[in-house]
Amino acid sequence: MGIVEAILLSVITAATPLVLAAAGELVAERSGVLNLGVEGMMIMGAVSAFAATQITGSPYIGVLAGIGAGVLFALLFGFLTLTLVANQVATGLALTLLGLGVSGMLGEGFLGMQGIKLQPITIPLLSQVPFLGPLLFRQDAIFYLSIAVVAGIHWFLFRSRAGLKLRAVGDSHASAHALGVDVVRTRYLAVLFGGACAGLAGAQLSLVYTPQWVENMSAGRGWIALALVVFASWRPWRVVAGGYLFGAVSISQLHAQAFGIGIPSQFLSSLPYLATIIVLILISHNRRMTLINTPASLGKPFVPDR
Amino acid sequence: MKKLLVALATTAAVLGVVSAASAQEKAKVCFVYVGSKTDGGWTQAHDIGRQQVEKELGDKVETQFLENVPEGPDAERAIERLARSGCGLIFTTSFGFMDATIKIAQKFPDVKFEHATGYKTAPNVATYNSRFYEGRYIQGQIAAKMSQKGLAGYIASFPIPEVVMGINSFVIGARSVNPDFKIKVVWANTWFDPGKEADAAKALIDQGVDILTQHTDTTAPMQVAAERGIKAFGQASDMIAAGPQTQLTAIVDTWGAYYVKRTQAFLDGKWESTSSWDGLKDGILTMAPYTNMPDDVKAMAEATEAKIKSGELKPFTGPLNKQDGSPWLKEGETADDGTLLGMNFYVEGVDDKLPQ
Amino acid sequence: MRIELEKRPKVSTLFSVLSPFIAFALTIVFGGIMFALLGKNPVTALYSFFVEPLSEVWSLHELAIKAAPLILIGVGLSVCFRSNNWNIGAEGQFIMGAIAGSILPVVFYDWQSPVVLPLMMLFGMIGGALFAAVPAFLKAHMNTNEILTSLMLVYVAQLFLDWLVRGPWRNPQGMNFPETRTFGADAILPEMIASGRTHWGFAFAIVAAVLVWFMMRYTLRGFEITVLGQSARAGRFAGFSSRKMIWFSMLFSGALAGLAGIAEVSGAIQQLRPVISPGYGFTAIIVAFLGRLNPLGIVAAGLVLALTYLGGEAAQLSIGVSERVTRVFQGLLLFFVLSCDTLIHYRIRLVWERFAATKTEEAH
Repeated sequence: MGIVEAILLSVITAATPLVLAAAGELVAERSGVLNLGVEGMMIMGAVSAFAATQITGSPYIGVLAGIGAGVLFALLFGFLTLTLVANQVATGLALTLLGLGVSGMLGEGFLGMQGIKLQPITIPLLSQVPFLGPLLFRQDAIFYLSIAVVAGIHWFLFRSRAGLKLRAVGDSHASAHALGVDVVRTRYLAVLFGGACAGLAGAQLSLVYTPQWVENMSAGRGWIALALVVFASWRPWRVVAGGYLFGAVSISQLHAQAFGIGIPSQFLSSLPYLATIIVLILISHNRRMTLINTPASLGKPFVPDR
Repeated sequence: MKKLLVALATTAAVLGVVSAASAQEKAKVCFVYVGSKTDGGWTQAHDIGRQQVEKELGDKVETQFLENVPEGPDAERAIERLARSGCGLIFTTSFGFMDATIKIAQKFPDVKFEHATGYKTAPNVATYNSRFYEGRYIQGQIAAKMSQKGLAGYIASFPIPEVVMGINSFVIGARSVNPDFKIKVVWANTWFDPGKEADAAKALIDQGVDILTQHTDTTAPMQVAAERGIKAFGQASDMIAAGPQTQLTAIVDTWGAYYVKRTQAFLDGKWESTSSWDGLKDGILTMAPYTNMPDDVKAMAEATEAKIKSGELKPFTGPLNKQDGSPWLKEGETADDGTLLGMNFYVEGVDDKLPQ
Repeated sequence: MRIELEKRPKVSTLFSVLSPFIAFALTIVFGGIMFALLGKNPVTALYSFFVEPLSEVWSLHELAIKAAPLILIGVGLSVCFRSNNWNIGAEGQFIMGAIAGSILPVVFYDWQSPVVLPLMMLFGMIGGALFAAVPAFLKAHMNTNEILTSLMLVYVAQLFLDWLVRGPWRNPQGMNFPETRTFGADAILPEMIASGRTHWGFAFAIVAAVLVWFMMRYTLRGFEITVLGQSARAGRFAGFSSRKMIWFSMLFSGALAGLAGIAEVSGAIQQLRPVISPGYGFTAIIVAFLGRLNPLGIVAAGLVLALTYLGGEAAQLSIGVSERVTRVFQGLLLFFVLSCDTLIHYRIRLVWERFAATKTEEAH
C-alpha cells in the first residue's frame, strides 16, 4: 500500500463522522431549525452504540442503538424548540451539556472495555479495482451509509415533492403554512433525521474510528460538523467536500510532523481551521448563490395560528 | 458594608474552625483531579492511589476528591473549598494547579498541601513527582531490540519538560543498544482525544515506524498498533487488554505507595515539606509485565530495571550529545535533577524540532 | 393529547416574573427525583446546589469571580445576537484579549507605573475587537458566514496562546514550564472588597450590563440594533446600514470578550497559561439567551449559572455524586428555564383529541 493510499484511508475514517453529522444537521437547518446540540447527540450515539455492542455482541445492533439515542435526544430538542418554541440556540447548547453529562453516567460501566470493531464489507469486483478498490470498496457499513445518506438527501431536497416542502418550510414558514404544509411536523421529522445522523456519526467513533468508550470522545467534532454545514452553504455534496478537506488537512499535518518539517506543531494543528475559512471565503464570493441556499427562516420559531 | 462583610467573614472562619475541630476524630485527606477519575489514564492512576490510602489507613482517615477541576481560578476555589471543609492534607494532582496551591496554602497555614509535578514549595507545601523517564529508558532499549528498521514513532502530547525528558530518555535507551536508532515525533496537542491519537499513530506507521510509544492518555494508539500488527508500549496504566499481542510493556503510575507513606507521616505528626522525586525503586512507577518479546530481550529489560533500581544505572549519563551534535554530558557525568526538570532540548537522534 | 400554544395578545408581565420560579420549582422536583433514584438524599443535594454556595462569604466572592466573565461576554453577545449577527467565537476573542492585554506585563515587565493596568484593559479590549474584526470584515465585505469563521478562529486562538506560552513568552525563571511570568503588582487587577477575592472584573461586568441596558432602551443606536435585527430591509428604509451594524456589533462584543479575558487573567490567574478559560465564551452564549438577551437578565442568568458550578462542587463533596451528575442537573435546570419562558408569550393548552373534535363541531 502506498503512502497516498494510506493517507486517504485515514482521511476517510476521520471525515466520515463529520460528513454524517453535518449532513443530518443540514436537513434540520434546511427546514429552518438550528440545532447546536450536535455534539451532545453525537456523544450519546457513541456511548449507546458502544454499550449495546458490548451487551449484545453485535456492532450492528450497536449502530441501531446509536441512531436511536441520537433520535431520542433530537426528540427532546424538538419538544422544547418546536412544541414549546424555546430558543433554539440556547436549547442546543444545553443539549450538548446534557449529552456530555448523561453519556458519562451511562458509560461509567463500560470504561476500559475492549471494543468490538464494525468489520469492513468487501464489495465483490469493485474492490478489485486498482487504487480505488481498497480505498472505497473495502470499508465498513457506516462509510457506505454516509455516502448513501448524502446522495439521498440531495435527491430528496432537490428532486422530491416532500423535499420541496421541507425547503419551503425553511425559507418561509408562514407561506408554507398558508399553502397547507404542516410546518411543525416537517420540522420535527427533519430534526429527528438530524439526530439519527449525529447518533450514527457517534456510533462510527466508538465502533470504527477508535473502538472504545472514553468520556468526551467526540472531542468537539460536533462543532466542526456544525461549521461544515455553513461551509457547504447548505448543499449536501459540499458537506462531503468540506468534511474531506478538513480531514485531509488534519491528517496531512500529522504526516508533516512525522516527516520532521520543523514548523511548530501549533501552527500545523491550526491549518484545518484556517483552510476551511479560506476555502469558504473563496466560494462565498457569489452573494446571490449564498442567499438562495440559505434557509431564510433559520432559527426562527413558528407557532401556527389557530 | 465593608465592615459587615469582614465581620461575617470572621464569624464564618470561626465557625469553620469549630466544625473542622469536631470532625477531627478521622483525619480527612483530599485530592483535586484535573480529569475524570475514570479517565483510564492520569487521573485514574491518582484515584487508584487514593483508594489504596482508604484501604490501608481507612480506620484513621477518610478521603474526598473533586474531579474535572479546570486549571486557573476554578482550581483555586476547589482547593479552598477542600481546605475549608476540614481536609488536613490535600493532594493537587496536576502541574497546572501549582500557583493555585501556593496561593491557598498561604491562606491556610495549618493545612498541608502536596502538589504533583511542580517545583514551587512552601512550609506547608510539598511537591512530588515520579521518574517516569526510568521506564522510558527501558522501553527505548526494548524498542531498539525489537524494531527491524531501527525507527520508532512517538506520540507526544505537549512540549513540556516532562514529555521532552521522556523522549530523550527513550532515545538514549534505544541508542545504548543500537547507536543508529532514530525516532519520529508527532505532537497531538492534546492529552486526551482518542480519534486524534489514532490518527497520529496511523500517520507514524504509514511513514514506516515499526514500533510505537505514546505520551497521551487513551488506548487508541495501542489499538491501531494491534490492527497494523506492530508492537507498542502502554502509558500510565497497563494497556495489555487493548493489545494482548501488541503491548511490550507499559509504564504504570502507582502513586498509592507515596500517598500511603505521606498520609502516615501526616497522621504521625511527622509531615514535612519535601520535594520528592521517586523512581522505580520506590514503587511510584512500575513496569507492566514484559510480554510479546523473545526471552533475551525480556532478560535485558529485567536486568536494566534491576540496575536502575539499585542505582547502578542512571539513564542520563554521558557521553551524550545534544540534538545538533554538540556535547552535553561528558563520559560518566550524570545530569542533575534541576536540568532534567526544566529540560527543553533534545538529545542526538531525535528527528523533530522543539518550539523555543 | 396534544400541546397547543396560543399567542398572548401582549407579553405577560406576570409570567415574565413568575416563569423562572416555576422553572426552579420543576427543577427541584425533577432534580430531587433524580438524586433519589441515584440513592442520594435529595434534600442534602439540593441544599448543596442552591443554598450552601450562598451561605458563606468566601463562596459569594467565588460566585462573583465565576459569573463576571460570563456576564461581560454575554452582555456583548446580546448586542450581536439582537442585531442578527452570529458571533459564536467569543471564546477566541476572550483569549486574544487576554494575550493583547498581557503584552505589557509579560514583554515589558520592567515597566512599573499606575497606567499599566488601564493600558492593559484597553489593550485587552482592542485585542478582542481586532480578533472579532476578522469575521466582521469577512461577513461585511466578503460575504462569508460568520458562524463558521468565528468558530474556527477559536481553535486558532487557542493554539496561538499555546504556542506563545510554550515558546516566546515562556517564563525564563519557570523551569521551562508552559507559563508566562507572574504579573507584577502594578499589573494585577485589585480586589474590590477586603473580605475575599472578587476583583474589579465583576464591577466591569455590572457596569457594562447597565450601560448596554441604557443604550438598548434609550438611544438611537439601541433602536437601530433592534430594527436591523428584526429585518435588514426595514432597517434600510430607516436609513440604517446593516454593513455598519455588522462592524459595530462584532467589534463591540469582541471588545467586551477581550476585556473579560484580560480581567480574568489580570485579576484571577495573574499570568498566561496554555488554557485560561473553561469555555466561558461558549457558556456565555447560553447565559445571553437565558437572560433573554436583556443585559439585566444576563446578570441574573450569569449568577445562576455560576451558582450551579459552585453547587456542583459542593454536591460532589457533600453527597459524593460524580461531576457528570452535576452536569446533568445543570442541563435539567437550563431546559426548564428555557421552556418556561414560553409562558411569557404563549398560553399553553393541553388538547385532548376527542374533546377538540367536539369543539370544532360546535363551532360549525
